[in-house]
Amino acid sequence: MKLGVLCSGGKDSIYAAYLAMQKEDVSCFISVLSKNESSYMFHTPNVSLVAMQAEAAGLPLVSVVTEGEKEKELQDLKDALERARQIHGIEGVVSGAIMSVYQASRLQRICRELDLWCFNPLWYTDQEAYLKDLIAEGFSVIISGVFSEPFDESWLGRRIDDRMIAQLKAIAERYRITLTGEGGEFETFVLDAPFFARRIVISKASVTYRNFRGVYMIEEARLVEK
Amino acid sequence: MILCLDLSFRPDSLCLAEFVDPIAGIVRKTGVEVDIRHYMEMEPNSPPDADAVILCGTALKDTGYLNRLDRFCWLYAAYVPILGICAGMQVISMVYGGKTESKCEIGTTDLDVIQSDQLFSGKKRFQAYELHTLACTVPPDFRTLAVSDLCVQAIRHRDKSIYGVIFHPEVRNEWVVERFVKMVKKE
Repeated sequence: MKLGVLCSGGKDSIYAAYLAMQKEDVSCFISVLSKNESSYMFHTPNVSLVAMQAEAAGLPLVSVVTEGEKEKELQDLKDALERARQIHGIEGVVSGAIMSVYQASRLQRICRELDLWCFNPLWYTDQEAYLKDLIAEGFSVIISGVFSEPFDESWLGRRIDDRMIAQLKAIAERYRITLTGEGGEFETFVLDAPFFARRIVISKASVTYRNFRGVYMIEEARLVEK
Repeated sequence: MILCLDLSFRPDSLCLAEFVDPIAGIVRKTGVEVDIRHYMEMEPNSPPDADAVILCGTALKDTGYLNRLDRFCWLYAAYVPILGICAGMQVISMVYGGKTESKCEIGTTDLDVIQSDQLFSGKKRFQAYELHTLACTVPPDFRTLAVSDLCVQAIRHRDKSIYGVIFHPEVRNEWVVERFVKMVKKE
Protein backbone atom coordinates (compact mmCIF):
# COMPACT_ATOMS: atom_id res chain seq x y z
CA MET A 1 0.00 0.00 0.00
CA LYS A 2 1.39 3.42 -0.95
CA LEU A 3 1.51 5.71 2.07
CA GLY A 4 2.35 9.33 2.80
CA VAL A 5 3.82 10.16 6.19
CA LEU A 6 2.65 13.32 7.90
CA CYS A 7 5.95 14.71 9.02
CA SER A 8 6.80 17.49 11.48
CA GLY A 9 10.53 16.78 11.64
CA GLY A 10 10.25 15.38 15.16
CA LYS A 11 11.04 11.88 16.39
CA ASP A 12 7.47 10.54 16.43
CA SER A 13 6.65 11.16 12.79
CA ILE A 14 10.07 10.01 11.56
CA TYR A 15 9.91 6.86 13.70
CA ALA A 16 6.35 6.22 12.46
CA ALA A 17 7.75 6.48 8.92
CA TYR A 18 10.42 3.94 9.84
CA LEU A 19 7.77 1.52 11.15
CA ALA A 20 5.58 2.06 8.09
CA MET A 21 8.49 1.30 5.74
CA GLN A 22 8.84 -2.14 7.30
CA LYS A 23 5.27 -3.09 6.32
CA GLU A 24 4.20 -0.88 3.41
CA ASP A 25 5.50 1.38 0.63
CA VAL A 26 6.20 4.89 1.93
CA SER A 27 5.89 7.15 -1.13
CA CYS A 28 6.35 10.63 0.31
CA PHE A 29 6.58 12.87 3.34
CA ILE A 30 3.83 15.44 3.83
CA SER A 31 4.40 18.56 5.90
CA VAL A 32 2.21 21.45 6.96
CA LEU A 33 4.06 24.62 7.86
CA SER A 34 1.94 26.67 10.23
CA LYS A 35 2.48 30.40 10.68
CA ASN A 36 0.56 30.20 13.95
CA GLU A 37 2.91 29.51 16.85
CA SER A 38 0.07 28.19 19.00
CA SER A 39 -1.37 25.73 16.48
CA TYR A 40 -2.31 22.52 18.29
CA MET A 41 -2.09 20.58 15.07
CA PHE A 42 1.10 21.56 13.33
CA HIS A 43 3.44 24.05 14.89
CA THR A 44 6.89 22.73 15.67
CA PRO A 45 10.28 24.44 15.55
CA ASN A 46 12.34 23.71 12.44
CA VAL A 47 9.45 22.15 10.53
CA SER A 48 10.81 23.81 7.39
CA LEU A 49 13.76 21.41 7.61
CA VAL A 50 11.52 18.44 6.85
CA ALA A 51 12.61 19.07 3.24
CA MET A 52 16.16 18.17 4.24
CA GLN A 53 14.95 15.04 6.05
CA ALA A 54 12.98 14.00 2.97
CA GLU A 55 16.11 14.51 0.86
CA ALA A 56 18.14 12.45 3.33
CA ALA A 57 15.54 9.69 3.09
CA GLY A 58 15.39 9.92 -0.70
CA LEU A 59 11.67 10.68 -0.58
CA PRO A 60 9.64 13.42 -2.27
CA LEU A 61 7.97 16.01 -0.03
CA VAL A 62 4.49 17.46 -0.38
CA SER A 63 4.44 20.66 1.62
CA VAL A 64 1.79 23.29 2.31
CA VAL A 65 1.85 26.53 4.27
CA THR A 66 -1.10 27.39 6.51
CA GLU A 67 -2.00 30.57 8.34
CA GLY A 68 -2.85 28.24 11.22
CA GLU A 69 -6.41 29.42 11.82
CA LYS A 70 -8.15 26.72 13.81
CA GLU A 71 -10.40 24.95 11.30
CA LYS A 72 -8.88 26.45 8.16
CA GLU A 73 -5.61 24.63 8.86
CA LEU A 74 -7.52 21.34 8.67
CA GLN A 75 -8.68 22.27 5.18
CA ASP A 76 -5.03 23.04 4.32
CA LEU A 77 -4.05 19.59 5.61
CA LYS A 78 -6.83 18.03 3.55
CA ASP A 79 -5.55 19.84 0.45
CA ALA A 80 -2.03 18.54 1.15
CA LEU A 81 -3.25 14.94 1.45
CA GLU A 82 -5.28 15.29 -1.73
CA ARG A 83 -2.21 16.65 -3.50
CA ALA A 84 -0.10 13.75 -2.22
CA ARG A 85 -2.68 11.37 -3.62
CA GLN A 86 -2.73 13.07 -7.00
CA ILE A 87 1.06 13.28 -7.33
CA HIS A 88 2.22 10.10 -5.59
CA GLY A 89 -0.89 7.91 -5.61
CA ILE A 90 -0.99 7.44 -1.85
CA GLU A 91 -3.77 5.22 -0.48
CA GLY A 92 -3.18 6.06 3.16
CA VAL A 93 -1.58 8.39 5.67
CA VAL A 94 0.75 7.65 8.59
CA SER A 95 1.05 9.87 11.65
CA GLY A 96 3.24 9.77 14.74
CA ALA A 97 0.34 10.46 17.11
CA ILE A 98 0.89 8.77 20.47
CA MET A 99 -1.90 9.96 22.73
CA SER A 100 -3.39 13.12 21.27
CA VAL A 101 -7.07 12.44 20.71
CA TYR A 102 -7.36 16.03 19.42
CA GLN A 103 -4.87 15.47 16.59
CA ALA A 104 -5.70 11.85 15.87
CA SER A 105 -9.47 12.28 15.60
CA ARG A 106 -9.12 15.26 13.29
CA LEU A 107 -6.75 13.36 11.02
CA GLN A 108 -9.05 10.31 11.09
CA ARG A 109 -12.00 12.48 9.99
CA ILE A 110 -10.06 14.02 7.12
CA CYS A 111 -8.83 10.61 5.95
CA ARG A 112 -12.40 9.33 6.03
CA GLU A 113 -13.59 12.28 3.94
CA LEU A 114 -10.85 11.52 1.42
CA ASP A 115 -11.35 7.74 1.61
CA LEU A 116 -7.73 7.24 2.71
CA TRP A 117 -6.37 4.71 5.20
CA CYS A 118 -5.05 6.22 8.42
CA PHE A 119 -2.29 4.52 10.43
CA ASN A 120 -0.89 5.57 13.80
CA PRO A 121 1.70 2.91 14.64
CA LEU A 122 2.80 4.64 17.86
CA TRP A 123 -0.75 4.97 19.22
CA TYR A 124 -0.71 4.35 22.98
CA THR A 125 2.71 2.75 22.75
CA ASP A 126 4.84 2.03 25.82
CA GLN A 127 6.66 5.36 25.84
CA GLU A 128 9.82 4.28 27.66
CA ALA A 129 10.26 1.21 25.46
CA TYR A 130 9.72 3.38 22.39
CA LEU A 131 12.39 5.92 23.44
CA LYS A 132 14.85 3.10 24.12
CA ASP A 133 14.12 1.53 20.71
CA LEU A 134 14.66 4.91 19.10
CA ILE A 135 18.18 5.11 20.49
CA ALA A 136 18.99 1.43 20.01
CA GLU A 137 18.01 1.60 16.35
CA GLY A 138 20.34 4.48 15.61
CA PHE A 139 18.13 7.55 15.48
CA SER A 140 19.87 10.81 16.29
CA VAL A 141 17.35 13.18 17.88
CA ILE A 142 17.79 16.56 19.56
CA ILE A 143 15.50 18.65 21.74
CA SER A 144 14.42 21.56 19.53
CA GLY A 145 11.98 23.25 21.88
CA VAL A 146 10.88 23.24 25.52
CA PHE A 147 7.52 24.51 26.67
CA SER A 148 7.00 23.58 30.29
CA GLU A 149 8.57 23.20 33.71
CA PRO A 150 11.15 21.96 34.65
CA PHE A 151 13.00 22.29 31.33
CA ASP A 152 15.70 24.91 31.49
CA GLU A 153 17.86 26.25 28.67
CA SER A 154 20.39 23.42 29.02
CA TRP A 155 17.94 20.98 27.43
CA LEU A 156 17.86 22.85 24.12
CA GLY A 157 19.95 21.18 21.42
CA ARG A 158 20.70 18.16 23.64
CA ARG A 159 20.68 14.73 22.06
CA ILE A 160 18.24 12.12 23.39
CA ASP A 161 20.27 9.31 24.97
CA ASP A 162 19.92 6.82 27.82
CA ARG A 163 20.97 9.47 30.33
CA MET A 164 18.26 11.82 29.14
CA ILE A 165 15.61 9.08 29.30
CA ALA A 166 16.62 8.41 32.91
CA GLN A 167 16.36 12.14 33.65
CA LEU A 168 12.94 12.37 31.96
CA LYS A 169 11.73 9.39 33.98
CA ALA A 170 12.92 11.02 37.17
CA ILE A 171 10.96 14.23 36.56
CA ALA A 172 7.94 12.84 34.67
CA GLU A 173 5.75 12.03 37.63
CA ARG A 174 6.62 15.08 39.69
CA TYR A 175 5.92 17.54 36.87
CA ARG A 176 3.20 15.47 35.17
CA ILE A 177 4.97 15.36 31.86
CA THR A 178 4.95 12.55 29.31
CA LEU A 179 8.28 10.87 28.55
CA THR A 180 7.86 11.56 24.85
CA GLY A 181 6.74 15.19 25.12
CA GLU A 182 3.36 14.16 23.70
CA GLY A 183 1.63 16.75 25.84
CA GLY A 184 3.62 19.49 24.11
CA GLU A 185 6.17 19.72 26.95
CA PHE A 186 9.06 19.57 24.47
CA GLU A 187 9.67 19.17 20.75
CA THR A 188 12.38 17.27 18.93
CA PHE A 189 14.18 17.22 15.59
CA VAL A 190 15.67 14.16 13.89
CA LEU A 191 19.19 14.53 12.47
CA ASP A 192 19.67 10.91 11.45
CA ALA A 193 17.59 7.75 11.03
CA PRO A 194 18.41 4.22 9.86
CA PHE A 195 16.71 4.90 6.53
CA PHE A 196 18.49 8.21 5.87
CA ALA A 197 21.16 7.84 3.18
CA ARG A 198 22.85 10.93 4.59
CA ARG A 199 22.69 12.62 8.00
CA ILE A 200 21.98 16.23 8.89
CA VAL A 201 24.75 18.33 10.43
CA ILE A 202 23.89 21.66 12.04
CA SER A 203 26.29 24.46 11.14
CA LYS A 204 24.52 27.29 12.91
CA ALA A 205 21.74 27.46 15.47
CA SER A 206 20.30 30.01 17.83
CA VAL A 207 18.61 29.67 21.18
CA THR A 208 15.80 31.75 22.60
CA TYR A 209 14.63 30.95 26.12
CA ARG A 210 12.53 32.53 28.84
CA ASN A 211 10.40 31.14 31.68
CA PHE A 212 10.51 27.48 30.70
CA ARG A 213 9.78 28.24 27.07
CA GLY A 214 12.57 28.04 24.55
CA VAL A 215 13.43 27.11 21.01
CA TYR A 216 16.59 25.72 19.44
CA MET A 217 16.31 27.17 15.94
CA ILE A 218 18.45 25.55 13.28
CA GLU A 219 19.60 28.36 11.01
CA GLU A 220 22.06 26.51 8.80
CA ALA A 221 22.36 22.79 8.23
CA ARG A 222 23.74 20.48 5.57
CA LEU A 223 23.62 16.83 4.59
CA VAL A 224 26.81 14.79 4.92
CA GLU A 225 27.70 11.22 3.98
CA LYS A 226 27.25 8.61 6.73
CA MET B 1 -3.60 -16.69 29.26
CA ILE B 2 -5.73 -14.21 27.37
CA LEU B 3 -5.77 -14.34 23.59
CA CYS B 4 -5.79 -10.95 21.85
CA LEU B 5 -7.13 -11.46 18.37
CA ASP B 6 -5.99 -9.21 15.51
CA LEU B 7 -8.91 -8.55 13.14
CA SER B 8 -7.03 -6.37 10.68
CA PHE B 9 -6.70 -6.80 6.93
CA ARG B 10 -3.64 -9.04 7.12
CA PRO B 11 -1.40 -10.63 9.75
CA ASP B 12 1.41 -8.47 11.10
CA SER B 13 0.07 -5.30 9.50
CA LEU B 14 0.69 -1.73 10.64
CA CYS B 15 -2.60 -2.02 12.59
CA LEU B 16 -1.14 -4.53 15.02
CA ALA B 17 0.77 -1.83 16.90
CA GLU B 18 -2.19 0.54 16.85
CA PHE B 19 -5.09 -1.70 17.83
CA VAL B 20 -3.74 -4.90 19.40
CA ASP B 21 -0.55 -3.98 21.27
CA PRO B 22 -2.21 -1.30 23.46
CA ILE B 23 -4.86 -3.83 24.59
CA ALA B 24 -2.22 -6.53 25.15
CA GLY B 25 -0.22 -4.00 27.17
CA ILE B 26 -3.16 -3.30 29.50
CA VAL B 27 -3.69 -7.04 30.05
CA ARG B 28 0.02 -7.67 30.71
CA LYS B 29 0.09 -4.89 33.32
CA THR B 30 -2.48 -6.90 35.33
CA GLY B 31 0.01 -9.79 35.46
CA VAL B 32 -1.82 -11.99 32.97
CA GLU B 33 0.00 -13.66 30.09
CA VAL B 34 -1.05 -12.64 26.56
CA ASP B 35 -0.98 -14.44 23.24
CA ILE B 36 -1.55 -12.47 20.03
CA ARG B 37 -2.88 -14.09 16.88
CA HIS B 38 -4.52 -13.05 13.64
CA TYR B 39 -8.11 -14.25 13.17
CA MET B 40 -7.22 -16.11 9.95
CA GLU B 41 -4.84 -18.30 11.98
CA MET B 42 -7.69 -19.60 14.15
CA GLU B 43 -9.47 -22.90 13.65
CA PRO B 44 -12.90 -21.68 12.43
CA ASN B 45 -14.90 -24.17 14.48
CA SER B 46 -12.80 -24.87 17.57
CA PRO B 47 -12.76 -22.48 20.50
CA PRO B 48 -9.22 -21.30 21.23
CA ASP B 49 -7.26 -22.76 24.11
CA ALA B 50 -7.26 -19.61 26.26
CA ASP B 51 -8.83 -18.36 29.50
CA ALA B 52 -10.46 -15.51 27.59
CA VAL B 53 -10.42 -13.85 24.19
CA ILE B 54 -10.33 -10.16 23.28
CA LEU B 55 -11.26 -9.36 19.69
CA CYS B 56 -9.46 -6.10 18.95
CA GLY B 57 -10.40 -3.17 16.73
CA THR B 58 -9.16 -2.25 13.27
CA ALA B 59 -8.43 0.82 11.15
CA LEU B 60 -11.47 2.87 10.18
CA LYS B 61 -11.31 1.74 6.54
CA ASP B 62 -10.77 -1.89 7.41
CA THR B 63 -13.95 -3.99 7.43
CA GLY B 64 -12.59 -7.09 5.68
CA TYR B 65 -13.37 -9.28 8.73
CA LEU B 66 -17.09 -8.89 7.96
CA ASN B 67 -16.53 -10.83 4.73
CA ARG B 68 -14.93 -13.70 6.68
CA LEU B 69 -17.47 -14.37 9.41
CA ASP B 70 -17.03 -18.08 8.63
CA ARG B 71 -13.72 -17.76 10.54
CA PHE B 72 -15.59 -16.91 13.74
CA CYS B 73 -17.94 -19.90 14.13
CA TRP B 74 -15.97 -20.84 17.26
CA LEU B 75 -17.64 -17.91 19.02
CA TYR B 76 -20.80 -20.02 19.41
CA ALA B 77 -18.98 -22.87 21.07
CA ALA B 78 -16.75 -20.78 23.32
CA TYR B 79 -17.56 -20.75 27.02
CA VAL B 80 -14.68 -18.55 28.15
CA PRO B 81 -15.22 -14.79 28.63
CA ILE B 82 -15.00 -12.82 25.41
CA LEU B 83 -14.65 -9.08 24.87
CA GLY B 84 -15.16 -7.65 21.39
CA ILE B 85 -13.84 -4.15 20.81
CA CYS B 86 -15.28 -2.13 17.90
CA ALA B 87 -14.67 -4.54 14.97
CA GLY B 88 -14.82 -7.29 17.59
CA MET B 89 -18.27 -6.17 18.73
CA GLN B 90 -19.44 -6.11 15.11
CA VAL B 91 -18.25 -9.69 14.64
CA ILE B 92 -19.96 -10.89 17.84
CA SER B 93 -23.16 -9.13 16.85
CA MET B 94 -23.17 -10.63 13.33
CA VAL B 95 -22.30 -14.15 14.46
CA TYR B 96 -25.12 -14.07 17.00
CA GLY B 97 -27.72 -12.84 14.53
CA GLY B 98 -27.43 -9.07 14.77
CA LYS B 99 -26.67 -6.62 11.96
CA THR B 100 -24.29 -3.76 11.31
CA GLU B 101 -25.57 -0.37 10.25
CA SER B 102 -23.80 2.67 8.86
CA LYS B 103 -23.20 4.98 11.84
CA CYS B 104 -19.94 6.86 12.15
CA GLU B 105 -18.39 8.27 15.31
CA ILE B 106 -14.83 9.64 15.49
CA GLY B 107 -13.44 11.22 18.65
CA THR B 108 -14.82 11.40 22.17
CA THR B 109 -18.49 11.00 22.98
CA ASP B 110 -20.65 10.66 26.12
CA LEU B 111 -21.85 7.19 27.07
CA ASP B 112 -24.82 6.42 29.30
CA VAL B 113 -24.84 3.13 31.15
CA ILE B 114 -28.46 1.93 31.02
CA GLN B 115 -28.21 -1.52 32.60
CA SER B 116 -26.18 -2.57 35.57
CA ASP B 117 -23.43 -5.10 35.01
CA GLN B 118 -20.16 -5.84 36.75
CA LEU B 119 -18.22 -4.43 33.77
CA PHE B 120 -19.68 -0.95 34.26
CA SER B 121 -20.69 -1.05 37.92
CA GLY B 122 -20.56 2.35 39.60
CA LYS B 123 -20.55 4.17 36.24
CA LYS B 124 -23.54 6.10 35.01
CA ARG B 125 -21.99 8.32 32.37
CA PHE B 126 -18.45 8.53 31.00
CA GLN B 127 -16.60 9.80 27.95
CA ALA B 128 -15.16 7.32 25.48
CA TYR B 129 -13.05 7.41 22.31
CA GLU B 130 -14.85 6.29 19.17
CA LEU B 131 -13.46 5.20 15.82
CA HIS B 132 -16.10 3.39 13.79
CA THR B 133 -18.15 3.73 10.62
CA LEU B 134 -20.45 0.83 11.51
CA ALA B 135 -22.58 0.30 14.59
CA CYS B 136 -24.45 -2.87 15.61
CA THR B 137 -27.99 -3.89 16.29
CA VAL B 138 -28.42 -5.91 19.49
CA PRO B 139 -28.58 -9.61 18.63
CA PRO B 140 -31.18 -11.90 20.18
CA ASP B 141 -29.91 -13.25 23.52
CA PHE B 142 -27.97 -10.05 24.16
CA ARG B 143 -28.88 -7.00 26.21
CA THR B 144 -27.77 -3.39 25.87
CA LEU B 145 -25.51 -2.09 28.62
CA ALA B 146 -24.58 1.38 27.36
CA VAL B 147 -25.57 3.81 24.62
CA SER B 148 -24.45 7.11 23.08
CA ASP B 149 -26.76 9.57 21.34
CA LEU B 150 -26.01 7.77 18.06
CA CYS B 151 -25.84 4.06 18.76
CA VAL B 152 -25.52 1.07 21.07
CA GLN B 153 -22.13 1.24 22.78
CA ALA B 154 -21.96 -1.95 24.86
CA ILE B 155 -23.76 -5.29 24.85
CA ARG B 156 -23.62 -8.50 26.84
CA HIS B 157 -24.91 -12.03 26.25
CA ARG B 158 -27.75 -12.93 28.63
CA ASP B 159 -26.08 -16.11 29.92
CA LYS B 160 -22.42 -16.06 28.88
CA SER B 161 -19.66 -13.58 29.68
CA ILE B 162 -19.57 -12.32 26.09
CA TYR B 163 -19.27 -8.56 25.84
CA GLY B 164 -19.08 -6.13 22.96
CA VAL B 165 -18.06 -2.47 23.14
CA ILE B 166 -18.02 -0.23 20.08
CA PHE B 167 -15.78 2.39 21.74
CA HIS B 168 -12.01 1.95 22.21
CA PRO B 169 -11.28 1.37 25.92
CA GLU B 170 -7.51 1.53 25.36
CA VAL B 171 -7.96 5.30 25.06
CA ARG B 172 -8.69 6.84 28.47
CA ASN B 173 -10.83 3.90 29.66
CA GLU B 174 -8.28 1.21 30.42
CA TRP B 175 -10.41 0.26 33.43
CA VAL B 176 -12.86 -1.52 31.11
CA VAL B 177 -10.17 -4.00 30.02
CA GLU B 178 -8.84 -4.26 33.58
CA ARG B 179 -12.31 -5.13 34.90
CA PHE B 180 -12.76 -7.71 32.15
CA VAL B 181 -9.45 -9.32 33.16
CA LYS B 182 -10.56 -9.28 36.79
CA MET B 183 -13.71 -11.17 35.80
CA VAL B 184 -11.60 -13.69 33.90
CA LYS B 185 -9.46 -14.25 36.99
CA LYS B 186 -12.60 -14.92 39.07
CA GLU B 187 -14.11 -17.44 36.63
